[in-house]
Amino acid sequence: MLEGIFVDGLIFSIMVLGVLISYRILDFADLTCDGSFATGAALATMAILKGVNLSGALVIATLGGAVAGAVTATIHNRLKVPGLLAGILTMTMLYSVNIRILGGRANIPLLRVTTVYTRFPEIFSFLSNSWALLVGTLLIALVIKVLVDLFFRADLGISIGALGSNEQMIVSMGINPRLLKVIGLALSNGLIALSGGLLAQYQGFADANLGQGMVVQGLAAIMIGEFLFDSNRISLITLRVMLGAIIYKALMFFGRYYGYHINLTPSDLKLLTGILVIVSLIIAQTRSAASSADARKKALRRNKEIRQHQKEANDAKN
Amino acid sequence: MLKIEALSKVFYPNTVNEKRAIEYIDLNVNEGDFITVVGSNGSGKSTLFNLIAGTYPVTGGKIILNGKDVTHTPEYKRAFTIGRIFQDPNVGTAAKMSLEDNMITAHRKGMKGLKISLNSEKRQLFKEELKQLSMGLEERLKDNVGLLSGGQRQALTLLMTILSRPQMLLLDEHTAALDPSNAQIVMDLTTQFIERYNLTTLMVTHNMQHAIDFGNRLIMMDEGKIILDLNASEKESLTVPKLVKMFKTIKKKEYASDEGLLIL
Ligand SMILES: Nc1ncnc2c1ncn2[C@@H]1O[C@H](COP(=O)(O)OP(=O)(O)OP(=O)(O)O)[C@@H](O)[C@H]1O
Ligand SMILES: [Mg+2]
Repeated sequence: MLEGIFVDGLIFSIMVLGVLISYRILDFADLTCDGSFATGAALATMAILKGVNLSGALVIATLGGAVAGAVTATIHNRLKVPGLLAGILTMTMLYSVNIRILGGRANIPLLRVTTVYTRFPEIFSFLSNSWALLVGTLLIALVIKVLVDLFFRADLGISIGALGSNEQMIVSMGINPRLLKVIGLALSNGLIALSGGLLAQYQGFADANLGQGMVVQGLAAIMIGEFLFDSNRISLITLRVMLGAIIYKALMFFGRYYGYHINLTPSDLKLLTGILVIVSLIIAQTRSAASSADARKKALRRNKEIRQHQKEANDAKN
Repeated sequence: MLKIEALSKVFYPNTVNEKRAIEYIDLNVNEGDFITVVGSNGSGKSTLFNLIAGTYPVTGGKIILNGKDVTHTPEYKRAFTIGRIFQDPNVGTAAKMSLEDNMITAHRKGMKGLKISLNSEKRQLFKEELKQLSMGLEERLKDNVGLLSGGQRQALTLLMTILSRPQMLLLDEHTAALDPSNAQIVMDLTTQFIERYNLTTLMVTHNMQHAIDFGNRLIMMDEGKIILDLNASEKESLTVPKLVKMFKTIKKKEYASDEGLLIL
């Protein structure tokens, strides 16, 4: 049971990394996510059913998501509409596309075929079934995390972060911001679709509605992560995102499991998620007001120390 | 280096809000020129810079940069030649990123690749560069830029602009938001860098004394036109009262209120 929460949380954490890239790093409120998650699930499912090998199926899912992200960025760039609207457009269109991918149906089961989740127990045969699933998912999630870390330490990744913080600076440095947005959103939705592709295999079906409310859940996980610790290092930011994702899934699990005592039903969970985000926002606001005052004080103190230092060095010279 | 022909800019054309911000400006900037630009509020100085840099599309006229017609070239491409610094220190740097991440982005103009360039060698180089600012920033490579003071941020912006090796600088009141001592530091650094890298420069300032002391040429703008263009020798004997008088004679009217805008 506990292993299940972790598997769920780790698959979800790959999705949250995608949301982190659009919302936090690129500062682009992207709703494509709600559609591209299901696109990934649909593409992986159909690829597997058509006999494509498992890594091929995951690559197809990822690419499908990347294309969806690129479409959103292009709508935003070309038509100069806000990112929010561009994302809603793509998400709405994806709903139809996803049903097309699923052969005209809203739901396709993945039964009696080989998936990564039937392979893990074979690969890690020395482990119990549930532990094999956990270790397999953990490995995938860690590889993705390390790749994302490396990307955002590379020059291209840093410039995407700079764009999210200040677009004029990117333009002044001779970089086309539109191209960076396409790359950033493609990467973000690629990860989101990959996560959808894994989830379809884990739960054994793809569903055109799978992505509903994903953005808000992703934001909730990011905010939980931000409560854990403060950092501007990408490796720690992705780590806290993954921890936040797992904690979120655990909270939802216990909400579902024990919730009936207080008359909660599974359909109340979206309401709870929304309230969780709102409460997080309130706490974050009060905290950031306090901590920025604190950080400024620290910076001023350090400034003073450095100046003192320089003065002493100068005095020593004379 | 930069040639502007019959440049004009109209905001909201054919509406009640129509605003002729630039009216048929011709200007020839020679390589190595350091031109100070003065003019009262709303005379079109920032708009002229925005047109040269490519932030706004022109209404009419031509902009020729290094012999190439760039009138319709996107801003980010012109940025390879032009380095720009604004009045607001927040515009030049990314607040939510560390100093070293900011500097690596500025280190070479143009689209970046998947290489991880930020290594100990680069950090050492950045520290050396930051030392020139004498603000102790070399100890703070990993701090977010948002933690710096306005003066520190503007000095960093200047350094990053220089790191990206433009041929030409557009400075739009880049010391106006700083306290006098920081403004002095940033201005000193600016002239050092302009000399060292032989940068062609246009600098907007409301400080008449600065406009006279710095550079080899002075232009005055009014109502979207260049109404005065003084060369180095004409500038030599110039004083602030003389400059104000010239402005008034050209305007042929007494603008008592405008004198207030020429902050001394
Ligand atoms: N984006 C814009 N949209 C509409 N009108 C504008 C825009 N930018 C500038 N203007 C108008 O064009 C005129 C020139 O403005 P500009 O900002 O170039 O003046 P300036 O010389 O830089 O003044 P200041 O010394 O106050 O900075 C002003 O009347 C201004 O209202
Ligand atoms: Mg201006």
